[in-house]
Amino acid sequence: MFDVGDFQFLGELRRMNKRQLYYQFLNFGMIVSSALMIWKGLMVVTGSESPIVVVLSGSMEPAFYRGDLLFLTNYEEEPVRVGEIVVFKIEGRDIPIVHRVLKVHEKENGLVKFLTKGDNNQVDDRGLYAPGQMWLNKSDVVGRARGYVPYVGIVTILMNDYPKFKYAILALLGLFVLIHRE
Amino acid sequence: MNTFLSRANTIFAFTLSVMAALTFGCFLTTAFDDHLTGVTIKTAKAMVKHVPDYSTSREKNDLGFITFDLQADLNSLFNWNVKQLFLYMTAEYETKSNKVNQVVLWDKIIRRGDNAVIDYRGINTKYYFWDDGNGLRSNSNITLTLAWNVIPNAGTLPKVRGIGSHQFEFPSDYANHKL
Repeated sequence: MFDVGDFQFLGELRRMNKRQLYYQFLNFGMIVSSALMIWKGLMVVTGSESPIVVVLSGSMEPAFYRGDLLFLTNYEEEPVRVGEIVVFKIEGRDIPIVHRVLKVHEKENGLVKFLTKGDNNQVDDRGLYAPGQMWLNKSDVVGRARGYVPYVGIVTILMNDYPKFKYAILALLGLFVLIHRE
Repeated sequence: MNTFLSRANTIFAFTLSVMAALTFGCFLTTAFDDHLTGVTIKTAKAMVKHVPDYSTSREKNDLGFITFDLQADLNSLFNWNVKQLFLYMTAEYETKSNKVNQVVLWDKIIRRGDNAVIDYRGINTKYYFWDDGNGLRSNSNITLTLAWNVIPNAGTLPKVRGIGSHQFEFPSDYANHKL
């Protein structure tokens, strides 16, 4: 059997009394719930189900590279127009796509259909859409790109590519928060 | 607690915050630019055909052909927080079936350091000018505009329409001959 004292870093834990231990766990809970609150709050403010996305492909190069961060809004009253960079979901694909609007046809009653294309692609996106789908509708849109920060999302991409790295980081962070004393 | 790790951690955290502050400053210095400049567009030739649009269905749709001239000096749009401009020329018009139609006919990426003076004469469109139906023939109010999407190093992604547009009309007869 291991004694807790065998691990030097757990020595901290042993020196804490019960109250301190509870406090550390509550602290950890606070951090998790604040992060969740910020994310959900952003969803309300921007109207987008995913207000911050990481660019996962090179189809918008040289504007956006893999690992760049985009801030999205999705206000109902803003019309879809050409030139805009939209993030949309296709039925049967898990990963949303970030591409530019190439064509828009809008009816009198506001019903709009549009076609997209990646800046770095030779052809429009009809080949990417679901079989038989020719146009996108407003309901396919997750958000429109409003702000841009380079490189910041690369950590997410590393985590997705190497799941072990993700668990290591999560475990380290969790441990740090639990044993770190102010 | 002056271990190597804690020092490395402090330096790393400080570097990150300095870089974040500098990036935000860089964005602030250019946040209020209007990114505007003048553009000259002209069409030389315009004709319209009525042919099957195999990219959507087999129905016959109106397909416009134009050649156009385009002049603009975009050097004034570049500053230290502009990584590239995405230029696109749009045809905008109204038809019976659709209140708003926008079709991008041509686009171009200009990165910082590239030649930013545009001077084309009699060039063809890059994309097909398909209408969503039969609204191009004898349509007398097709507006061509050049707009650009400014891609910064970090910051907002403004979409600006250049000053100056061009209106033209399509003939009232479909062209039959092969191009």
